[in-house]
Amino acid sequence: MKLFPILGGIHPDYRKERTSEKAIVAMPMPATLYIPLQQHIGAPAEVLVAEGDLVRKGQMIARNQGTVSASQHAPTSGRIKAVTEVAAPHPSGLPQMTIVLESDGKDEWADLPEPIADPFTADMHTINDRVAQSGIVGMGGAAFPSAIKLNLGEQKKLEILLLNGAECEPYLTCDDRVMREYPDEIIDGARIMAHALGTPRIVIAIEQNKPQAIGIMTKAASAFPEIRVVGVPVQYPMGSERHLVQAITGRETPARKLTADLGVVVHNVSTTRAVHHAVRFGRPLVARVVTVSGGAIREPNNVLTPIGTLVSDLVEFCGGFAVRPESVVNGGPMMGQPLPSLDVPVVKGTSGILALTAEEINDSQTSSCIRCGNCVTVCPCGLSPIDMASFIRKDKLDGAAKLGVMDCFSCGSCSWVCPSHIPLVHYFNYAKGALNDLERERSKGDRVKIFVESRTVRLERAAEAKRATLAARKPASDNAAPGNAAEAKPAPTTEEKANA
Amino acid sequence: MWIAIGSLTVMGLVMGGLLGVAARFLAVEENPLEEELKSMLPGSQCGQCGYVGCSQYAAALAKGEAAVTLCAPGGKVLIESLAKKLGVKADLSEHEEKVPEYAFIHEDLCIGCTRCIRECSSDAIMGANKLMHTIIIDACHGCGKCVPVCPTDAIVMIPYKVTLRNWHWPKPEIEQAHSEHEVEHAH
Repeated sequence: MKLFPILGGIHPDYRKERTSEKAIVAMPMPATLYIPLQQHIGAPAEVLVAEGDLVRKGQMIARNQGTVSASQHAPTSGRIKAVTEVAAPHPSGLPQMTIVLESDGKDEWADLPEPIADPFTADMHTINDRVAQSGIVGMGGAAFPSAIKLNLGEQKKLEILLLNGAECEPYLTCDDRVMREYPDEIIDGARIMAHALGTPRIVIAIEQNKPQAIGIMTKAASAFPEIRVVGVPVQYPMGSERHLVQAITGRETPARKLTADLGVVVHNVSTTRAVHHAVRFGRPLVARVVTVSGGAIREPNNVLTPIGTLVSDLVEFCGGFAVRPESVVNGGPMMGQPLPSLDVPVVKGTSGILALTAEEINDSQTSSCIRCGNCVTVCPCGLSPIDMASFIRKDKLDGAAKLGVMDCFSCGSCSWVCPSHIPLVHYFNYAKGALNDLERERSKGDRVKIFVESRTVRLERAAEAKRATLAARKPASDNAAPGNAAEAKPAPTTEEKANA
Repeated sequence: MWIAIGSLTVMGLVMGGLLGVAARFLAVEENPLEEELKSMLPGSQCGQCGYVGCSQYAAALAKGEAAVTLCAPGGKVLIESLAKKLGVKADLSEHEEKVPEYAFIHEDLCIGCTRCIRECSSDAIMGANKLMHTIIIDACHGCGKCVPVCPTDAIVMIPYKVTLRNWHWPKPEIEQAHSEHEVEHAH
């Protein structure tokens, strides 16, 4: 299969060998689990349980609400200890509503929905409903509710279901291990999803630094002519949805458009496996494979972790810290976010927990830009990082926006390559957040303006009406009456009417 | 012939004179700048600038009578854009960036007098005579005009809470090994 080049990119030291040859191990069920209501992009789920309730494994404990949302399920059987605010696995360390579940140690499954007997003859809605009901979100890290992506087939003509097994982030090997150990489950999930989407072709893209995974997946897919397994070049950020689509189809996804507009839907390989479990066995997403690695971890491993396990319990399971970590990162070292505390839960989008030492982080002092242009060369989005950063440093966010800072997806290649250690991607993260704030304020301002204008119109009309009735009542009276009526407060009565 | 010339001259003079007088006395004062400034202002008529509403402030700005720093809801961004538009330098040293706030009514203190409702320019207060009032946060633009009119001090301004939804990374503070100043001095 012909591949197409992608722009820029870097070749960091991958350090995957620490965990890539170790089989996935299941972690014993922790005593307490913390299941946040929001583990996905969109609206938080609506709680269905209360303190003291007894739940069983796989029981829905929070339901998706609104158009973009995902439900949450009990990862084990036990008692609901509380529904309260707990620190989120987020760099801010801010709290969010979380269901605290005390395990009873029995790990008893609830009555699960019936398996869909023959998914390939089933209606697409049956499959989508099952995926939505099972709380499945994109497991590559972005955690977008998968059922919504599966509905794309209704609106658009789709050609390819692209399975993302690139795993371009250093350290992470969870997708690699899942592909090696459960190839048939992935292939089955992919065929079910392709059926729901109506795509005639399935392409599984794996970076060439995972030859075993490519071999195993190729063998597993050999029975299905519609599936192609492709080894893509080792080049960070190949695993970015848009870049992977470009490498496979040669077409660039326009800014603010979806890959589905090009007829391609991208799903992570682990997501596909979760779909297989949901459709074939009725099992919701209650556990995931997490890579625990980094120089500070005593026994790096890929761990099958129940959703809601505290990071501290997971680290403990992997032998704890050999040395004090400089930073604990949620996700990969390039795009992952530092965790301010270890007392936060593993969520559906947690692909890795990395405890990095000072050498691994290589945090050096920033010096002046030497205009080498390396950041421009490596930017996979074709942006000019140093120019954007200069604007942002001087608080000229508009200038940065004009240069396309909103199209940056924070891959971090520019920061990685910068010889002066300028925290380029930090500037962009800040600018994107600040610009979003401004946009929110602007839209609120516009809304308020409409309210103010309609109120003015309403008050004028009320005053006018009052004047008219007064004039009609006292046609012979002097000219002062209309003037008085206008000055007399018309507000109370109208307001009362309006607000009653 | 002389009559024709005379009458036309007289008519011309009279009509010309009328037009001249009309141009002077009936002129509509219209400043395009004023309209433009008005559209830049928040338009919520909160009156925090000291003028009656946004159009009055815009008029004062256009005449150069008001400082660009008076609009509190507009914040720093508005000050800068106004300064750019008017070609003046904005003095931001006195400006204190206000955190966005919304009004909140302590419902057990509210007596239902509707005074705040009359004051609210964006219809953000719900309530009726002798019935408890409450604020619709989405419509409240935080002008604070309802606070002083409340006879029971039931209204307070509350800053928006930082949540996971609106949190973003702060601007990186970097200490450069060679700051620009040093470079300038070296030359």
